[in-house]
Amino acid sequence: MKCFFIIALLIGLTVGGCTDAQNRTTGVYILLDTSGTYALELKKAQSIVNYLLGTLQPKDTLAVACIDTGSFSEKDIVAKMTFDQRPSVANNQKRAFQKTVVDFVAKVKSSSYTDISGGILQAIEYLNEASAGQKYILIFSDLKEELAKGHVRDVPFQLSDFNVIALNVTKLRQDIRDPENYLDRVEQWRSKVESGKGKWQIVNDLERIDTIFDR
Amino acid sequence: MMETNYQEVIMKFTELILPVAPNPIMLAALLLAAMYLARKPFHRAVLAFSLVINNALRLSAASVRQAEKKLVERNREVLMAEGLENAERLVEREFERINAAVVRDLKGYSALQRQMAEVATKLEEDHARSVEVPPNLPNWINIIESIATIKHDGDSMVGKMLGEIDRNLREQNRTAIESFRSSSGKRQVLLNRMLPLWRKVQKTLDDIGRSISDLTDRAKSIDRYMDDYQEIRARTDKAARKLSSSATTQFFIAGLVLLIAIGGAVINFNLIALPMSEMVGGGSFIGPYRTSDVAGLVIILIEISMGLYLMESLRITRLFPVIGSMDDKMRMRMIWITLTLLTVLAGVESALAFMRDRIASDMEALRQTLAGVEQTVQAGSKIPTIGQMIMGFILPFALTFVAIPLESFISSARTVLGTIAAGLLRLIAFLLRLSGNIVYYTGKLVTALYDLIIFPPLWLEGVVTERPFKIRQAFEQISKARQHGKAAKGIEKHEDRFQILESRE
Repeated sequence: MKCFFIIALLIGLTVGGCTDAQNRTTGVYILLDTSGTYALELKKAQSIVNYLLGTLQPKDTLAVACIDTGSFSEKDIVAKMTFDQRPSVANNQKRAFQKTVVDFVAKVKSSSYTDISGGILQAIEYLNEASAGQKYILIFSDLKEELAKGHVRDVPFQLSDFNVIALNVTKLRQDIRDPENYLDRVEQWRSKVESGKGKWQIVNDLERIDTIFDR
Repeated sequence: MMETNYQEVIMKFTELILPVAPNPIMLAALLLAAMYLARKPFHRAVLAFSLVINNALRLSAASVRQAEKKLVERNREVLMAEGLENAERLVEREFERINAAVVRDLKGYSALQRQMAEVATKLEEDHARSVEVPPNLPNWINIIESIATIKHDGDSMVGKMLGEIDRNLREQNRTAIESFRSSSGKRQVLLNRMLPLWRKVQKTLDDIGRSISDLTDRAKSIDRYMDDYQEIRARTDKAARKLSSSATTQFFIAGLVLLIAIGGAVINFNLIALPMSEMVGGGSFIGPYRTSDVAGLVIILIEISMGLYLMESLRITRLFPVIGSMDDKMRMRMIWITLTLLTVLAGVESALAFMRDRIASDMEALRQTLAGVEQTVQAGSKIPTIGQMIMGFILPFALTFVAIPLESFISSARTVLGTIAAGLLRLIAFLLRLSGNIVYYTGKLVTALYDLIIFPPLWLEGVVTERPFKIRQAFEQISKARQHGKAAKGIEKHEDRFQILESRE
């Protein structure tokens, strides 16, 4: 009995030592701005989604949601998927995902308002539920937030372990006239993210998209 | 603040011990005086310290040398033991071959003997029969011939009788010739029949000759091996050098082959790592490694293990004495089990290689879709797939033979590593001795430098102490000379010297 106990203990220690407690999965939530003229930029977003589909591994999570008047809603999620462990199944899932995004981009209608904060809150909720090891929120937007009347977004973000990356932050007409506007806008979002203990990054050149992941 | 306090204390101390304000020369003189006074204790301390360190290092060096000697002896013992084992194996193998040859030849010996006896009997009989001389013509034929040739004078009775005799004679002659021919023909046949028998006998004797020659060659080999064996048993330096050189060569050759085998294992791993993710999942990790990679590696390691067991069961290698000492029945079972498992694993690998090809194609197609590139038509050739499958099937069996270089590597590594360790110990011993000497002579150098710094008081000391010493020496020499009654000239010389010294004093 004693011997059995010792053997069981040794096996337990060995298995425990070998088991990896670290969660190595990646969760990516892409927010696509559909407001105003920015909706025309969505073709670029499609290539980003394709890049991510080619990069993400089995058991990783990917979700694409649009930013519209009220983004803090599951209805705004265009496609979401946690890829299967088996590569062949994951490949089929990726094909289906891509088709959904293509259909969405083809039929998208521009919205009147831009609720970026709501979208971020929704992304935080989704990625926390997905229990991803590394969490990325990609915001494909000009970062100009316009909330509809009655929408309150004073909630502070809880972004510890999150990487928030703004992509293709286009310059608006008033930004060209006064770059201070653009810089203030970016700075405002950076401080908002970093005050929530998140990591902020901005990538305007989509050729450098491959630098966003740590791995 | 603290620094100021220290300075004040030093000033006060200096004022206390120095009645006048200190100047650098005075301070230097004081320092020299202090150093002169402390010279002997300083020398003793430095020399003792350097000696302690030197002794400690020398002792360590001796200890390391001792360890090196032991290691060298142990290496030699191991080398000799391995050499003996190898020589025994070689002799044993030669004896087995001789045994097999003898058993093979002796097994057929009774049949051969019978065959030879039969052939000999046949030959004897045929020979005996062939010896039979053909019947000669009857002796009275000449008489009858004489009678038959008698001339007669027309007597019909006599003529008739003589004609009858002639006819009979001719008839007799013909019969005799026919009989002679027949007899000669029979002898010819018998002799012809003897020819293949003789050839057979020749061939059999040649075979026996070859077998004996083979046995002689083997005996020579055994003699050679036995000479080596005797040399190793005698533990001669020649044998040790030969074995050591052989072990080093084996080490490098086996290492090279193992590197090639590792290359094969890596290719094998790449062949099965991707499809393993289809079986065990591509998203789980064991430590920092993917479970699929670990699973692929485990399969390869199991294949290598099976290969090792197979080689052990076949008694090609001797890594596990337990397997080698099993009875033949059990060993045969082991051979079949390991071979079956290897075949199954090879089949699995082949299937995985096929799956890998499919997954790779699928992934490539997906990449093309995602990149927006129009999908290229897949080439219809199945050669890559079949090639991968064949490689997947063959590599496990090829890896089986890793056991042979592995055994050589392990056995030779013991010798080579032992030699390297002995060399390292020798180097350490040398460095320790060198360090000890350096420390010792550094101590001496420090004392000499110390004396160099305080040379003024030392010079003064020399001046003060040298004259009385010399006077005393001269006085002693005079006394000795007087005692021994030496020549007056010698005494005068010493006395003059004594007086000069005394006057100077």
